[in-house]
Amino acid sequence: MTVPLSYYLVLSAILFSLGVLAFVVKRNIITVFMSIELMLNAVNLSFVSFAAHWHRLSGQIFVFFVMVVAAAEAAVGLAIIIAVFRTRETLNIDRVNLLKL
Amino acid sequence: MTPVATPFFFYFLSAIALLSGLAVITQKNPVHSALALIMTLLSLAGLYLMLYAPFVAGVQIILYAGGIMVLFLFVIMLVSIEKSSREYQFNHQWHVAALATAVLGGLLIYVYVRGRGIFPNREAVLPETLNTQQVSLHLFNDYLLPFEIASLLLLVAIVGAVVMAKKRI
Repeated sequence: MTVPLSYYLVLSAILFSLGVLAFVVKRNIITVFMSIELMLNAVNLSFVSFAAHWHRLSGQIFVFFVMVVAAAEAAVGLAIIIAVFRTRETLNIDRVNLLKL
Repeated sequence: MTPVATPFFFYFLSAIALLSGLAVITQKNPVHSALALIMTLLSLAGLYLMLYAPFVAGVQIILYAGGIMVLFLFVIMLVSIEKSSREYQFNHQWHVAALATAVLGGLLIYVYVRGRGIFPNREAVLPETLNTQQVSLHLFNDYLLPFEIASLLLLVAIVGAVVMAKKRI
């Protein structure tokens, strides 16, 4: 007796919604970044579950590319956070309302 | 051979993932949020193992829990979090945001539950001992150009991170 595919997809949907909620609601810019990682992981889970249930490895390959994009995005985004914190002395995302540093 | 994908492990790991995902939102201190996110990532790695993707699970642990989250913790320690962790954590429009997110999640779950007839039931099982080999064959034959583009993207990200974070180049 195995777990059907739709259970994995529902779990992925709930995790994605949690990420969206944290992205919209939180004020701390670092937590907003973490919620992006949560959303990417929810999508990765649905990729892997589709790959397992259709017996294709392409879903697993896509997970690697999503991870590469997540790593690049985390590096650049955290550098931006450091630059913003150096000039503004705040992590509140509502107070960072100009693109100018 | 008994299958690894028993329902007990699925419910156990998904409960851990959901609870720590909730903790990412509700914790005040960003360090606690990061630790909760690491718990989510580790339980997702367990779920990948259940889905016969051991190489993806290993990469998930090494790259996400070991690389990206360490980067997050470094940045949390570089910036000062005392003032922001004493402030109110949620912004003013959180009612509307919670409602919209509930609608989005409900829509996704409705689609998945209603459309579960078109998803296949798993019958045969991928040979898990060959998983790494098959992944590498796919990655270096069919997906060679995206692989090289990904390496170029990482190089651009490294240069961009250095340019952004340094005061004077």
